[in-house]
Parts: sequence; structure tokens; C-alpha cells
Amino acid sequence: MNTSLILIIITTALVNNVVLSQFLGICSFLGVSKQIKASASLGAAVIFVITISSAVANLLYTFLLEPLHLDYLNTIVFILVIATLVQMVEMFLKKTSPAIYKALGIYLPLITTNCAVLGVALTNVQDGYGFVESVVAGFGTAVGYTIAIILLAGIRERIDESSVPAPFRGAPVVLLSAALMAIAFMGFGSLAL
Amino acid sequence: MNQYVERIYNGIVKENPCIILMLGMCPTLAVTTSAINGVGMGLSTLAVLIFSNLIISIMRNVIPDQVRLPAYIVIVASLVTIVDLIMQAYVPGLYSALGIYIPLIVVNCIILGRAEAYANKVTPDLAVFDGIGMGLGFTIALTVIGLAREFLGSGKAFGVQVLSEEVFTPIAIFGQAPGAFLIMAILIAILNGASISTAANDKVNGCDGCCATCAKTCDAQGKEETKA
Repeated sequence: MNTSLILIIITTALVNNVVLSQFLGICSFLGVSKQIKASASLGAAVIFVITISSAVANLLYTFLLEPLHLDYLNTIVFILVIATLVQMVEMFLKKTSPAIYKALGIYLPLITTNCAVLGVALTNVQDGYGFVESVVAGFGTAVGYTIAIILLAGIRERIDESSVPAPFRGAPVVLLSAALMAIAFMGFGSLAL
Repeated sequence: MNQYVERIYNGIVKENPCIILMLGMCPTLAVTTSAINGVGMGLSTLAVLIFSNLIISIMRNVIPDQVRLPAYIVIVASLVTIVDLIMQAYVPGLYSALGIYIPLIVVNCIILGRAEAYANKVTPDLAVFDGIGMGLGFTIALTVIGLAREFLGSGKAFGVQVLSEEVFTPIAIFGQAPGAFLIMAILIAILNGASISTAANDKVNGCDGCCATCAKTCDAQGKEETKA
């Protein structure tokens, strides 16, 4: 049991990295990776939201959608629940812990439309994960996202100080860095899991 | 020029959602492993886009401004569910190839973006043609990227072997995940080199205006940067 949970974390965080092999959450991956500090905050917010939302999505699916045979409605239900949940998390943090809110607050609205959140909820249902497995898979995915965005931010801080050929300035060099990272992450695929 | 034709030209060339506006990057990178997948993804997005633009335009005076985003999301999610079920029934092969990216059309920035930027301001007929133009622009871009990746990655085009392996050694990496980033990088570099302005460079600076909710984040980030 415990080993299978560790396997889920390694698979979701490294082998099937959400950004570099599943291409979810590309918008914020490219947009908020200019500085390591900002991308670490976004990563923390993503870990927080995805872990909670995969728990809630799993409970909803098991206790509401499945017993009522409404599982074809899961896309609609999940996106609405995620949007509401992010709003509630934002309000809750604002009231209870202003320090965390100050660090994560501006990134929370961005996460509503982050396709990684919905993607994880849907993949968990597809893979038939139970409650604990869903939460662990959500956590692992978000950790994978955080690793990827912090690494990219580190690369970009260095790129800023080097001279790049004119046509490649801006987006192309960022995408090239992402491509090289994706090649490196393909190496995890050969882990015999 | 006729305003309907103008809308379609605008979607395919002037404001191509995929190449110029850089919206919907996730499906663009994820499903373009082959030309067929590109066409399938493009057409399903096209279908959702036409009907979401139509419904949102018809209801533009009914939906209160404060709750417009949740309302749009419900409309789009219902349409996506319909497309999802239809594809599952009639094109099961394509459906399993596109997998999770079909339900994820809900969070595709193109759809909410067009609703917010265009469809909720104009009459239904113009909104429909805007949907057709944007959808076709997206389909064409995905097909071309898919074709390039399929050809470089396996020497095939639409599943047919064009160049045999003796003549052309396939560069397998283009068919895999890194190839998607690589192709996009080259494409944008070519556009940059030809001085065609795209939203790509704004995107990596954090403010692409892609999703309505990002605006708040962009403002806050801007303020922090001016402070620092």
C-alpha cells in the first residue's frame, strides 16, 4: 500500500510530469517563470489548490455523481467546484492568515483557469483512484509542476544575462529551454516502475 | 469587404488564435503529435466555439455582468460535454487518441477569450462567423503543426508513409513531448525574424491577457514590479 503511494508520487511528479509531458498549465508555466521567487510562490499555491481540489473532486464523484449515475456531468461539476473552491480558499486565507495570503494571493485567481487542476481531477477519475490515491496523485502532480516552473525560472534568470540571437529573444528561447528540460525529464521514463 | 468574410479572414490570418494571439497553448502542444489529431482537436474546438459564441451572444442582455464568467463556464462546459459524448459514440479511435484534452476544451483560453472579448458585445450572426473564423484558424494551425511534427518524427503525412526510412531518417524526438516545445520555438523565432508581431513575447512576460481572471494577477504583478 505504502509503496504504491510512493510510486504514484514518483510517476506523477517526475515520469509523467504535468507540464513537460502532459502539457497542462502551460500558460502560467511560461508566464510566471521570470523569477525564482515568484514561481516558487505560484508553485506553493498550486500545490495547495490541487491537493484540496483533488480531494473534493474525489468525494463529489464517489458520493454524488457515481451513486446518481451522473458521471457524464463530471466536467461541468468539477470546473464549477474548482472555481468556487479557489474563491473560498482566497477568502479563507485573507481572513485567517494574511501572511500566506500576501505571498500566494495574487496567484490564486490564475489557478482557476489552470488546466492542470481540472486535468488532475479528471485523470484521477479515469484511473479509478480512491480517496487517498487521488490526494496523493494531486499532490505529486503539483510538486511536479513546482519543480518544473522553478527549474525554468532558474534557467531564465541566467538567459537574461546572456546574449540571444534577435529572432530567438523572448518566447522562442524560453520554449527551447522547456524543450531541453522535457528531453531531460524523458530520462525518468526509463525508471522501471 | 463583407463583414462576415472579414470575421473569417480575421480569425484565420490577422488574429490567428494559435499563432498570433497564442491562446490555447496546452492543446496546441499536447495533441499535435500527428496531423489527424490536430484536425480532430481543431474541429471539436471549432464546434464548441461556434455554439458558445452563438449562445453567449443571444444571452448577452440576459446574463448579469457580475456573474458572467460562471455563466459562460457553465455554457461552455455543457457544450464540451455534448461534444465529448458525440465523439465517444461516433469516432472512438480519435476520442481515445485525444483523451483528456477533449474535456479540457472547457479551460481553453480561446473560448472564454472570444466570449469575453467579442461575442458578448455583438449580434449572434457576427458572433457565429467570429467562431467559425477563430475555429478554422485554430484548426489550420494545429493541422500544420501536427503535419510538421508527424513528418519530421516519422516521415508520414496523415498516417501515410511519404518518405521511406532509407531516404529520410525520422527524427523521433519531434513526435515526442520535447518536439512540441521545439516546433513552437522555431515557429515563433521565424515569425519574430520576419517581424510579424505575435503575443508570444508578452506571454512569457506574464501578461498575455489570455484569461479574464488573469487580469487581476497581471495588475497586482505590475504594481509589485513598479514598487521594486
